[in-house]
Amino acid sequence: MENPNTARMLRCVRSVISAAFKLLVIFIVAYPFLWMVFTAFKPYRETITYPPTLLPTTWSLEGLTSCLAELDVHHFMKNSLVVSISVLILQYIVIIPAAYAFARVRFPGRSLLFGIVLLGFMIPQQVTFVPVYLIFSKAKALQSYWPQILPFVANAFGIFLLRQYFMQIPEEIIESARMDSASEPKIIFSIMIPMARTALFTIGLLSFISLWNSYFWPLIMTTKNTFRPLSVGVAMLKSVDASIPWHTLMAGNLFLTCPILIAYLFANKQIRKAFVYSGIK
Amino acid sequence: MGAIRLINLRKDYGKENVIPNLNLDIVDGSFTVLVGPSGCGKSTTLRMIAGLEKPTGGQILIDGVDVANMAPGKRDLAMVFQNYALYPTMTVRRNIEFGLINKKVPKAKRDNLIDDVCEIVGLTPYLDRKPANLSGGQRQRVALARAMVKEPKVFLMDEPLSNLDAKLRASMRVELIELHKRLKTTFIYVTHDQTEAMSMGDVIVLMNKGIIMQQSSPKDMYHNPENTFAAQFIGTPPMNIVDSLVPGISIGFRPEKVAFAGDGSAALVLNGTIVTKEQLGAEYNYSVATAEGKIMVKSEDDQEPGACRLFVRPEHLFAFDREGKRTGMSEAILARLPRV
Repeated sequence: MENPNTARMLRCVRSVISAAFKLLVIFIVAYPFLWMVFTAFKPYRETITYPPTLLPTTWSLEGLTSCLAELDVHHFMKNSLVVSISVLILQYIVIIPAAYAFARVRFPGRSLLFGIVLLGFMIPQQVTFVPVYLIFSKAKALQSYWPQILPFVANAFGIFLLRQYFMQIPEEIIESARMDSASEPKIIFSIMIPMARTALFTIGLLSFISLWNSYFWPLIMTTKNTFRPLSVGVAMLKSVDASIPWHTLMAGNLFLTCPILIAYLFANKQIRKAFVYSGIK
Repeated sequence: MGAIRLINLRKDYGKENVIPNLNLDIVDGSFTVLVGPSGCGKSTTLRMIAGLEKPTGGQILIDGVDVANMAPGKRDLAMVFQNYALYPTMTVRRNIEFGLINKKVPKAKRDNLIDDVCEIVGLTPYLDRKPANLSGGQRQRVALARAMVKEPKVFLMDEPLSNLDAKLRASMRVELIELHKRLKTTFIYVTHDQTEAMSMGDVIVLMNKGIIMQQSSPKDMYHNPENTFAAQFIGTPPMNIVDSLVPGISIGFRPEKVAFAGDGSAALVLNGTIVTKEQLGAEYNYSVATAEGKIMVKSEDDQEPGACRLFVRPEHLFAFDREGKRTGMSEAILARLPRV
C-alpha cells in the first residue's frame, strides 16, 4: 500500500507544477500585449532606452495625443466598423441558407459544389487579389467599401462549420417541424438558427477578428484614406518619420485592439464557449 | 374520420426493395399496431403515411383522398417520435404551440387548446421549462401533447415508449390505451415489442421483410397464428416447432401449454431431460432436451433438473406445412404423434 501522505504530497507537487506551467503560458501570451499597453503611456525617450522597461518610469499621454493629432482615428475606426459590420450581416444572409442546403437538401451536384466551396476556403488571398482587383476596377467600384466587403461575404469556412453543425441536428426534429406545417424558411429561422447559436457566434467572432485585423487586403484594395480601415491607418503612423515613434504607434495599436478587447469583456462566456466549440467539433 | 388505405405500396432504397407490395386497410378509430423485427418495413410504412418518405409506387388514401403530393403538414396527422424530437430551444408551451402557430390558429384558441391538453397529460406545472430540464417521461408527455393539440385525424407513433425505463413504459402503455379510448381517433403504433403490440392494439399487423404475415386481433394472433413466423414472434418463449414428428408437417405448441404430468387425453408425449431452469417469479422456464430437439416449457410446476416427461393436449397442437403456413390439424396427423 502507498503511504497516503506521499500520495497527498505528490498531488500537491503536481498541482504546483501545473499552476507554474499555466502562469508561464499566460506570461508568454500576455507579455507582448502588456508591453504594447505600457509603451503607449511612455514618453518617446523611454521607449528607446536600453535596457528596455516594462512599466513606464514616467507616465505620459504624449503617445495618445500625438496619435490623435497625426491620425484621424475616428474616421478610420468608422471605416473599419462599416466594413466589418456589413460583412457580418451579409455573411449570415449568405451562409445560413447555403449551409442548410448543403446539410439538409438533396440536390444534384451537391458534393461537387461543396467541394468547390472548400477549395475556395483553401486558396490564399495572395493568389486571388490580382483578379479580384481587376474585377472591381472594371466594375468601377474601387472607390467604395465594396472591394473590402464583397469578397468576404461568402465565407467558405463559415459555410463548412455551420453545415457540420446543421448535420448534427437530429433529422427527427426537422421532420417533426414539417409535420407541424412549418415551411423551410420557418424551419431555418425557428429551429435551426436558435439551435446553432453557438456555431453562428463562433463564425461571427472569428470573421470579425480576422476582418478587423486584416491589413494586406484593404491596403491593396484602397487608394485613398476615404475607405481605409484603422489597421492600415495605424500602420501609416510609422512612415511619418525617419525613426519610428513607438509610443504613438502603440497608442494607435491600443485603439485598434480596443473593440476586440471590449467584445471580450462583454461576451467573455460566449467567446470561451465558441472557442471550445470550434476546438472540439 | 381517419381511415387509411394503402394500395400496392412499394418502397425501394436505391436498388434494395424494402416493401414489395403492401395492401392494408386501417379502420377509422382503431388502435392499429405495426409490429415486426427490425428492418421489417414497419417504420418505413409509417413514415410513408406521414409523408416523410416518398413511396416508390402505389397509393396512400386518407379518408379516400390520395395524399401522394400532399406535404406532411397538410395531411392532418400528428406523429410522436421515438426520441421525442422536441425543439430544444423552445419552452414546453412553445413546443406545443408551434404547429398551431404555423396553422394560423388565433391566440385565444391556442391558449385554450394548450390548457386543455396539458391538463390531460399533466404538464401544466412545466409549461415554461425547456425540454432539457424535463425527465424522459415528461418529454414523452410533451411529445404527446404536441400531437394531441393539433386534433389530428390520425396519430402516428414510432416506438414512442422505447426510450423509457421498464416501469414508466408499463404505466405509459396504460395511459396511451386510455387516451385512445378518450379521443376515439385512429392510432397507428409502430413497435418491435410484442408485449406492447399485444397489450395495446385492437388490430395487430405483423410484418416481416415488407410483407404482412398476419393481420388480426391480439387474441387471434396468439390463438390462431397463420404461419410459423406469427407463431414464433408472439409469445415468450416462442412456440416450439418440431419438424421431425410427421413427414412434411411441422408441429407447433406453446411452452405454456406443455405439462409435466398428464392422463390419457394428451396427444403428444415426449421423454426428455431438463437442461436449464429459469425462475421468473410464479413460473419457471425450462429448457428440455428431447429426441426431437430442444423444447421450451413454461410452467408453475417446480421440477428438479433431470429426466422428465412432457404432455401436450390435442387442442394445443398446431400444424404447419413445409412453407410454414398453417394447415388443419387432422386425426391422421394426431395418430402419427408419439404417446410413449
